[in-house]
Amino acid sequence: MNLFPKIPVGEWVEAFVEWLKNAEAIIGALRAIIGFFAEDVFLAFFVMIPPIVFILALTAIAFLLVRKQKQYGLPILVLVGLLFIENLEYWDDLLITLSLVLTATLISVVIGIPLGVWMAKSNTVQRLVTPVLDFMQTMPAFVYLIPAVAFFGIGIVPGVVASVIFAMPPTVRLTNLGIRQVPTEIIEASEAYGSTPRQKLFKVQLPMAKTTMMAGVNQTIMLALSMVVIAAMIGTDGIGRQVYYAVGRNDIAMGFEAGICLVILAIILDRLTQTINQKTA
Amino acid sequence: MSKIKVESLTKVFGKHPKRALKLLDNEKTKDEILEETGMTVGVNQASFEVKESEIFVIMGLSGSGKSTLVRLLNRLIDPTDGSVWVDGKDLAKVSDQELRTVRREKMSMVFQKFGLFPFRTIQSNVEYGLEVQGVDKKARAEKASESLKLVGLQGYEDKYPDELSGGMQQRVGLARALANDPDILLMDEAFSALDPLIRKDMQDELLDLQESMKKTIVFITHDLDEALRIGDRITIMKDGSIVQIGTPEEILSNPANEYVERFVEDVDRSKVFTAENIMIRPETVNVEKDGPRVALQRMKKAGISSIYVTGQQKQLIGIVDVDDVSQAVKDGLSDLRPLVRKDVPTVDADTPVHDLLDLSSTAPVPIAVTGENRKLKGIVIRSNVLTALSGNEVNSDESIS
Repeated sequence: MNLFPKIPVGEWVEAFVEWLKNAEAIIGALRAIIGFFAEDVFLAFFVMIPPIVFILALTAIAFLLVRKQKQYGLPILVLVGLLFIENLEYWDDLLITLSLVLTATLISVVIGIPLGVWMAKSNTVQRLVTPVLDFMQTMPAFVYLIPAVAFFGIGIVPGVVASVIFAMPPTVRLTNLGIRQVPTEIIEASEAYGSTPRQKLFKVQLPMAKTTMMAGVNQTIMLALSMVVIAAMIGTDGIGRQVYYAVGRNDIAMGFEAGICLVILAIILDRLTQTINQKTA
Repeated sequence: MSKIKVESLTKVFGKHPKRALKLLDNEKTKDEILEETGMTVGVNQASFEVKESEIFVIMGLSGSGKSTLVRLLNRLIDPTDGSVWVDGKDLAKVSDQELRTVRREKMSMVFQKFGLFPFRTIQSNVEYGLEVQGVDKKARAEKASESLKLVGLQGYEDKYPDELSGGMQQRVGLARALANDPDILLMDEAFSALDPLIRKDMQDELLDLQESMKKTIVFITHDLDEALRIGDRITIMKDGSIVQIGTPEEILSNPANEYVERFVEDVDRSKVFTAENIMIRPETVNVEKDGPRVALQRMKKAGISSIYVTGQQKQLIGIVDVDDVSQAVKDGLSDLRPLVRKDVPTVDADTPVHDLLDLSSTAPVPIAVTGENRKLKGIVIRSNVLTALSGNEVNSDESIS
């Protein structure tokens, strides 16, 4: 029976994670940077603004985006949706959740777009990175929480880290796809007129791939948002935590209220980014 | 003087091109090499010279390697072996930096599907080549509008490519190429994506421009008619190898082998013209809705003394004479029907031009060419017949009504 003993994969990974903890300086720096963006930049900025000003400003932006098409659904959605969240008294939680999502998205874009560009330039990189992205997306998101806590303790930072791992793949994939989909003739045109590789990338490939890349960023935002409830399990604040509490206490009223707030936030973020994408296409 | 000198230029697509090169030296064919090694020979030891300010046409069917060959000239594809000499430099061996300089200053390219940047305006498309060179904004805009003017597109600067028709888009492609003021223009099937009428216009325009520009043009096409029309010299390619180089006259009168002969036969056959090939678009009036006043007006405008009368479905009814019509106008009549003469000379669309000669010399009015259900397709006038018989190429595209 013991001819084939169980392979200690889990132990190996655990040992690896333990070993990684030695890189304290790097971990400390990451924690500081992520914490800085999530708490000191986004959250600190958002809480400074009175809710009503925030709501009206966002409504105005939405209105400006759709002004030409004369379809006023989006600004109405933003106005009513956010007022509703404010009315349910989830405003403070909303801001925390929004900060988490924005930080995770920002990091995903900063890492994901260059990585996607690199993948598009090299078939070898594409072959190496694709299975890693598959792994990142299919591994149950809960699992990331364990090393995230091991490295970053509890709070908003491990929540952001877990969100980035889970939410980054679409940005990488669609950047790669968008660049690879640029018609050969257009690439040839840019080369035939003497572009440097850098000019080709910035003047032709990225503008051509922009719509596809933005679709990736939109997906990243949605995935990051779906992580906030899971991240609540490791003490990340925000609407997710209210949902998590409600589950623990079997509180239907609270669960529904917090849940609907998340749904509204998701729809608003989705429609806003899609509208921006269409507008700039 | 030769502007471009190509020596034994070869491209092999595959993992071990050196091995295929050896086999080529042993006179193996493209198919044998593919079978033996799995590698594709794109261009096989092509050598030729392009003279200063000539239009050098490279023609071949798809898969003959002509598009690969033109891309070897500006190294969009890196050659496996051989040299491309331009102004004393072997482009096959220069550094990336030098290659970019040549591409920016000496060679421009026009693409089959135009290769325009859809997110840029026409102006900014044309400026692209200058922009990557770092030319300042003002000089760029000046040169761009100059070259847009050359191709007749002023006023479209702020449009986007997808707002323009195919022919206009290719004019933009041409303007972009000219904006750099290159010595050499590479045109890869530049007019093949355009419909026949527009294609002919563009060929004429290119020839007109060439009169004053005197660029060295390498023009790729799969269409022998196009090659004969615009080429000073023509190269025929097959399976990656050059089969024959010569002037249009030489190619037609002295084909190097059976392959070229077969091409040329096609041309001869097309010289057997039918009425449909030489007819021109007629002025007509519709008896159902037009009266004598309209008929008179049209005849005046076109400067003709009679006009064909058709029904609602363009079916031929007859012809009216300017004298009868002006009389009718004076008498205040409003219907053309009583004036129509039915005894008009009529032929089918596929009548050979030869048979039209007698008819055209005796008929007092242009010959009507009809198709199914007596539909009026066009008219033939005597000078068309004579031109066709004298052997000058008659453009069949102009006659589509």
